[in-house]
Amino acid sequence: MPGILQSQYSKCLGLFIAAVLVVILIGCSIVYGLTEISWGMAYEAFTQYNGSNEHIIVQQNRLPRALIAAAVGASLAVAGALLQGITRNPLADPSIFGINAGAGFAIVVAVSVFSTTSLTAFTWIAFAGAAFSAVVVYILGSAGRDGLTPIKLTLAGAAMAALFSSLTQGLLVLNERALEEVLFWLAGSVEGRKLEALITVLPYMLGGWTGALLLAPKMNALHLGDDVARGLGQKVWLVKGMAVLLVVLLAGGSVAVAGPILFVGLVIPHIARGLVGVDYRWLLPYCAFLGAMLLLAADIAARYVIMPGEVPVGVMTALIGTPFLIYLARKGIR
Amino acid sequence: MSKYVILRKRHLSYLFDKKALWVITILFVVLMFAALVSMGMGQMAIHPLDVLKALFGYGTEMERLVVTSFRLPRIMLAILAGAALAVSGAILQGIIRNPLASPDIIGITGGASVAVVTFFTLFSDRSNALTVSINWLPLAAFLGAFLIGFLVYILAWKEGVSPLRLVLIGIGLAAAMKALTTLMMILGPIYRATEANIWITGSVHGTNWREVLTLLPWVLAMGVLALVRTRHLNVQELGDEVGKGVGSAIQKERLILLTLSTALAGGAVAFAGGIGFVGLMAPHMARRLVGSAYGVLIPVSALMGGLIVLLADLAARTLFAPLEVPAGVFTAAIGAPYFIYLLFRQRQH
Repeated sequence: MPGILQSQYSKCLGLFIAAVLVVILIGCSIVYGLTEISWGMAYEAFTQYNGSNEHIIVQQNRLPRALIAAAVGASLAVAGALLQGITRNPLADPSIFGINAGAGFAIVVAVSVFSTTSLTAFTWIAFAGAAFSAVVVYILGSAGRDGLTPIKLTLAGAAMAALFSSLTQGLLVLNERALEEVLFWLAGSVEGRKLEALITVLPYMLGGWTGALLLAPKMNALHLGDDVARGLGQKVWLVKGMAVLLVVLLAGGSVAVAGPILFVGLVIPHIARGLVGVDYRWLLPYCAFLGAMLLLAADIAARYVIMPGEVPVGVMTALIGTPFLIYLARKGIR
Repeated sequence: MSKYVILRKRHLSYLFDKKALWVITILFVVLMFAALVSMGMGQMAIHPLDVLKALFGYGTEMERLVVTSFRLPRIMLAILAGAALAVSGAILQGIIRNPLASPDIIGITGGASVAVVTFFTLFSDRSNALTVSINWLPLAAFLGAFLIGFLVYILAWKEGVSPLRLVLIGIGLAAAMKALTTLMMILGPIYRATEANIWITGSVHGTNWREVLTLLPWVLAMGVLALVRTRHLNVQELGDEVGKGVGSAIQKERLILLTLSTALAGGAVAFAGGIGFVGLMAPHMARRLVGSAYGVLIPVSALMGGLIVLLADLAARTLFAPLEVPAGVFTAAIGAPYFIYLLFRQRQH
């Protein structure tokens, strides 16, 4: 499937434009919101910090928020593209496969059973929960006689998500205090997150991004089908295993910082494929930039919908993603 | 002697395996026995024989009060909700031709959840008191379930409704409903979130007779309608081509069956909340017992579903006493491993 951008030159240019747009959106994310901050003041907050309210907001709130949105968006989109590649399921997405719900459950267990409050512990627990459910769903989806079929994998993910969310709800019913603490996290949000949370998971995300780029040529072979890839001398199971590991790093890290954010991993790879086609060496970087753009934009929009309140960005992406999913389902999948 | 009992009228035809009749009888007896035991358990333990006495108007006044006013309606609602969810699941699995489908996975329960949280949000004043009667809550839930069922159907329509589109769109809408529910819960005060959360997980706690008497005729009517249409359901399972070949109006029947399925699930969630996995588990267990001819599958599923929710509720109110856990937690706790087991041994997609 060829994309809109055909030549090497236009693809490079497109990537450059996307990178610039990400930077602009990060700027917008710092400037726009309930507290209006001028571009000049935002600039001063970094060059001549004077401890004024606006400067504090920029440094403590807006900047971490923007960076987290960008990193999480990029990671989720790349994770989605990898998942769609190895499962041959155009509807694959970390949230549909129950990864978010697994992390949410882990967090709720930690808060209500072990009374965890530390931020770092929070991060690690979510990370572990996400990793666990990713692996379970993948194993489940590939088990059985006919191997991975899109519908089986989707149903497996949906059921795991249902399981984790009912267990989560059960625990929350028993423990009201925990509900208060995790409810906002469960909706998926980048608001009020500390920079330290990002720094804790950033090494893993970086590892995920680099790993994905290194794996891109192998993913291309895999795209031709397992048999062809095997014919080309590829160890298919090894590539798939690597890809699952990367998905765990990327999606797990994202969920740990921002909570479950739906559908970014579903929507972006499709748009990126429309732009540059199926060559993973181009597809993955495009996914990263477009994913960052989507989440930044959704987060900015989330501040204006019910001002002065805020919609969690996870809800925004779900509302954007659902029509897209319906469109894909109607278009028909292989 | 033939292996079957055959019942055939103009619009009806059933083929009852004799073994199936036995299964139905045994299940019914087990269900009644479980209900009797369950009525005796709780804060105040009552011997099953004394329960029987109390049911027929003998025994102490205290026993009569506990059994007939508190426990019996709750148990009846559990059975009714379980049966409705199970039959709804059985119908859905037939339409979608995939044994992994169930009303909660395709968003019908999610629609009801959104409606309930919206209800709490719209109709409470500043001090968190409801401004309308809580009796309207089931209606809101039911409408929510119906609306989503309808929406899934419309969106899946493209020169007919294909089972695959139905599932995928259902899952998508279920995710969107979940997001909306969380949003509504965050916007409201925490007290309301807790309230809604208990409902969403599914519980028959605090049931009264009025609720039972509202749900009973509904489930009976829909159940009978489902039985009447079983032969169309049998045809649906064979696929569109064969269905057309034998002269069934495939699309029309699919709409009717889907409506029935939604009506049953909607009725159940309206009163018992989002009890998960029953619509998935019960028809499966039934299929293992009596095979997949819908004439017997539907009653057996219903009994099985009733039994599952009854036991889940029993566990919910006794295991962590004095705390009440929603029954839905237990159905999920058994349902999910069962589902995983099914995935492993599933042959066709």
